[in-house]
Amino acid sequence: MKTDSNLEKVLEAGEFAVTSECGPPRGADPDVIRDKGELLKGVVDGVNITDCQTSVVRMSSFSSCLILKEMGFDPILQMVTRDRNRIAIQSDILGAAALGINNILCLSGDHQRFGDHPQAKNVYDIDSIQLIMTVKKMRDEGKFLNDEELTKAPRLFIGAAANPFADPFEIRALRLGKKVAAGVEFIQTQCIYNLKRFEEWMRQVVDMGLHEKVCILAGITPLKSVGMARYMKNLVPGMDVPDEIIERLKGVPKEKQSDEGIKICIETIRKLREMEGIRGVHIMAIEWEEKVREIAEGAGLLPRPTA
Amino acid sequence: MIVAEGKSIDEILEMVDKYDKILLIGCKGCVAVCAAGGEKEVQFLASAIRTARKRDGREIEIREVTLERQCDPEYVEQIRGYAGDYQAILSIACGVGVQYMAEHYRDIPAFPGLNTSFMGGALEQGVWSERCQGCGNCVLHLTGGICPITRCSKSLLNGPCGGSSNGKCEVNPEIECGWQLIIDRLKVLGEFESRFMEIFPIKDWSSSRDGGLRKMVREDMKQ
Ligand code: SF4
Repeated sequence: MKTDSNLEKVLEAGEFAVTSECGPPRGADPDVIRDKGELLKGVVDGVNITDCQTSVVRMSSFSSCLILKEMGFDPILQMVTRDRNRIAIQSDILGAAALGINNILCLSGDHQRFGDHPQAKNVYDIDSIQLIMTVKKMRDEGKFLNDEELTKAPRLFIGAAANPFADPFEIRALRLGKKVAAGVEFIQTQCIYNLKRFEEWMRQVVDMGLHEKVCILAGITPLKSVGMARYMKNLVPGMDVPDEIIERLKGVPKEKQSDEGIKICIETIRKLREMEGIRGVHIMAIEWEEKVREIAEGAGLLPRPTA
Repeated sequence: MIVAEGKSIDEILEMVDKYDKILLIGCKGCVAVCAAGGEKEVQFLASAIRTARKRDGREIEIREVTLERQCDPEYVEQIRGYAGDYQAILSIACGVGVQYMAEHYRDIPAFPGLNTSFMGGALEQGVWSERCQGCGNCVLHLTGGICPITRCSKSLLNGPCGGSSNGKCEVNPEIECGWQLIIDRLKVLGEFESRFMEIFPIKDWSSSRDGGLRKMVREDMKQ
């Protein structure tokens, strides 16, 4: 084991891992995080905390991680390169490790154009693949990017995202290969609705042998309604919601649509478990954290191995 | 070339509001080519200002000049003889020209009549697009002749990100995904296999604006 990460431990033991995600509040109230944490207790092996997702200002991922850590979780610090240069990034990595955060998810982040401060300047001093290299270098070589030695290496389990549904499709597995070459150890994918396309991507990943070098957790997001499905399909870049999912939701009465969404999730997880190379699921129930338990339970993923 | 566009007439009128004798100076360089600050635009803007001021009953005297280039001391000095007769300079060159005016004629206020937008080229009549950010360390030979720093909205050196969709950038469906363009061109050149899998190292931005004001000295040209 390279780190004290619970997620790494679960994966190393060959268990099918479960992670989830928690979006911090648009305010300074720590109880919002604690309440979400309560809903996830005993359901997950690690929890991501988003880093101003969609470029909307929220409480920092770092501080939210600490709040969840106090509750006994193994938080996964999401870090985007949009808002920080290499000086801030390396500094935050050291700080996170010093305070007992064991996991980092390296992202480039959504462009600020989507967010609540589209007038902002962005940074992009480095990109997500270079962020993976940065963490790895600090951890395994004990060096900063300028090759100077650091005094105590940050022991972080290194993750990143992959989106099999973005274009051009033919480079998506190759790009995962670049992340693996950079040193990534676990991957959480974009939410999967189009299983056929996902399978095709996984086949390429397996053919390249990448599944043996990185733990792939398949992304799942329950759909609350037809409206949400349409929104995801049409307005979220890099999201692939096939018409058959929309039709299926349309086929049940409005008040039953969210139940149907959960059912779809559970079926998807069952299929994903059978797929070669899938090491776990990442359940992102956006502002619907109370459903994560139901989904995990329904998919037979509970109880979790004790930390 | 440097691409620029005219500021609104209202903004310009406000800048020169307290003056009644100004020099309006265009440039025959880039801004003339992109039809923002050449001889024609000088005439056009001068008459717009005059008309507006006449309407307000406060006539203004404008001397119209268009220099060969406003980024060259030799030409900037050509107005030396009469610049002092005017209360203000309104330059419709790029930001370089405006600053050269300010540096050379320190006691006369200089105002920008344009918004300097980017380094780019014409796509068609009336349409221009950005191509270069002047990072000071060109990588075009590695990226199929397409600049990732300029053409990717996040300046990713190892793109494309997960937002690329049907060749378009996540930022706006009007913008082509720079990384899709790079991949397509690398394929045309037969370089995709050899180049794409190579990880671009972290860039040294010190040759870019981030290193502070840039200056170039060519010893071979100095007198
Ligand atoms: S979609 Fe393409 S151009 Fe836009 S940020 Fe992503 S990689 Fe860059």
